Amino acid sequence: MMKATRRNLISTFLGLAALICVGAVRAQEAPDVLVKNVTLEVVDLIAKDKEIKSGNRAKLIQVIDAKVLPHFNFSAMTALALGQSWNKATPEQKKRLTEEFRTLLVRTYASALAAYSEQKLDFRPLRAKPGDTDVTVQVRVLQKGAQPVPIDYAMEKTSNGWKVYDVMVGGVSLVANYRTEFSNVVRESGIDGLIKNLGTKNRGLAAAETK
Amino acid sequence: MLRVMLALAALALGGCASLGGEEARDPFEGWNRGVYRVNDKLDQYVARPVATGYRKAVPGEIRDRVRNFFGNIGDVFIGVNNVLQGKFADGFNDWVRVAFNTSFGILGIHDIATDMGYEKHDEDFGQTFGYWGMGPGPYLVLPVLGSSTVRDGIGKGLDFYTDPINETDPWEARWGLVTLRLVQTRADLLDASRILEEAALDRYVFQRDAYLQRRRSLVYDGQPPREKDPDDESDKKKSD
Repeated sequence: MMKATRRNLISTFLGLAALICVGAVRAQEAPDVLVKNVTLEVVDLIAKDKEIKSGNRAKLIQVIDAKVLPHFNFSAMTALALGQSWNKATPEQKKRLTEEFRTLLVRTYASALAAYSEQKLDFRPLRAKPGDTDVTVQVRVLQKGAQPVPIDYAMEKTSNGWKVYDVMVGGVSLVANYRTEFSNVVRESGIDGLIKNLGTKNRGLAAAETK
Repeated sequence: MLRVMLALAALALGGCASLGGEEARDPFEGWNRGVYRVNDKLDQYVARPVATGYRKAVPGEIRDRVRNFFGNIGDVFIGVNNVLQGKFADGFNDWVRVAFNTSFGILGIHDIATDMGYEKHDEDFGQTFGYWGMGPGPYLVLPVLGSSTVRDGIGKGLDFYTDPINETDPWEARWGLVTLRLVQTRADLLDASRILEEAALDRYVFQRDAYLQRRRSLVYDGQPPREKDPDDESDKKKSD
């Protein structure tokens, strides 16, 4: 009896240690390496998948859900986009806002990937000091006969590895761009109004897709 | 030239101090939204259908040639603007592009300079004014042309005035080129404009804010200093 418990304890401990190790390896992956690996993996998946190439949006969103989303910190993005109103929201409101904003961003991301995944990408070397916990990873989309479009990922180091908290496309920060829109809606109809507004938007886009 | 620029700078001085609230950036919102609605209809019924048809009818290979041709013409004054901003190496780069693309690239239809390592830039008179410290001034939606500011509107006037295509004779050729360039530009933006529509809650606001951010980034060549934002407590995200 005693022995069994001890064995259990040891195996649990070993399991935990293994988990921590895996976590540590992921966490140690440099942010620019992470962005490059994830991007190339997703672009490759899209290129090989006939259904996605022929416009299966649901499947594309599945791929993004599984591969890309774990590296985003959506509650941080929502908090930044909401500004001061975030502090006034209840935990339930925060949860629902984050879910709706996440759905909207994923859909936008899917559209962008579907339109631009065949462009050449240029992964820029990371300019950061070793101890930095807040960095910008730069990727450039190269297009024929036009200036390259920079895509900057603002990333923060957390206990589960690096997480993206803002994306800047051509110098336009997504989070900053939603800030005015969100504050306009919150001023007119409160936080619940914003949740409702985002929900209606998301359902409308989902309905348009299945048509 | 300098005197004109100083006068224009004085004109837009009001814009320098107005990075605060949204109303400050867009005092003509009522008027702007009106023009925006008309532009939107024009786009919905004319520009977008024509651009969609163009993209369906003309193969991508040919559209690349058309984009390169107009891009090459644009590079002449992109170079001028880089020089006006004191960025002589960049300006030289732009003119080397014109030289190679016009000759070996056959009147610019092949962008061989990019493959040789001479990257294309994005400059115009609005950015040159911004580079020398002129604020954007109030946001303006121009008829047909769309998003702009007082500064960029003046810049666009100069861009138009110096546009080599305006020198083209006879007028049929000139308007043919102007139309083709408009159609090509709109066709290149079809995906982006659809994504913007999907992403925005209020398209007017989303487009305005994106334009102002984009132009600010361009003025600083992609490295704008962080903007002071009363809403953004920079350690807020760390509490999650």
